[in-house]
Amino acid sequence: MAKVLLFGWFAEKAGWAEQQIAGATLLHLKTILGECHPDIAAALAVGKGRSAVNQSLVYGDAPVNDGDEVAFFPPVSGG
Amino acid sequence: MVIVQTEPIDPSLLLHDFTKRAGGAGAIVSFTGLVRPGEACPGNEAALVTALELQAYPGFTEKVMAGIVDEAQARFAIRDAMVAHRYGRIGPTDPIIFVATAAHHRRDAFLAADYLMDQFKTRAPFWKKEHAPDGARWIEPRAQDHQDLARWG
Repeated sequence: MAKVLLFGWFAEKAGWAEQQIAGATLLHLKTILGECHPDIAAALAVGKGRSAVNQSLVYGDAPVNDGDEVAFFPPVSGG
Repeated sequence: MVIVQTEPIDPSLLLHDFTKRAGGAGAIVSFTGLVRPGEACPGNEAALVTALELQAYPGFTEKVMAGIVDEAQARFAIRDAMVAHRYGRIGPTDPIIFVATAAHHRRDAFLAADYLMDQFKTRAPFWKKEHAPDGARWIEPRAQDHQDLARWG
């Protein structure tokens, strides 16, 4: 199981900010998330969102191990 | 140095301490960003911002911002750079970010501070929600922010 974190409107839309989800790869977790929340999947598909595994940005797919921290989030904005 | 905190930011205190640490520098530039109350259209005061709510990703937010500070150190002839960023609920006119750079000459200090702000606007991991009497809305980087980022290649 991976610890999946959501931020910004992704968390608001999904109704949770942290869940334990089983998935062997980042794409697998993205698919599971997208089945329940198509609007989050749509945002991620058009680059209106990013993913990180263990606090490092990941472009494309990556393996996910038990206990890994996986984050999905909409565009960031500081300052 | 990167500080990410929910407590209010005190720009004068941060500048005081940064100046003390920057012994030998010939130039220090600082920038403070404040929460704008917003510009309501006449008759639409309900859209005026009453608070800005920022979410951070503790650990990751600091890591990404430290990487951006490292980029500035590599790109410009600066001796030191720091940023303090607030998150949580912040009221209009309150400081949200403080950036300071120290260099031998002023041009590098100005450029590095400008670079840091342009990078943070679109790359620092925060999620912003604007609260106004007529409701709340999530804020994403504007077209201008992306143009500002593109200036640096």
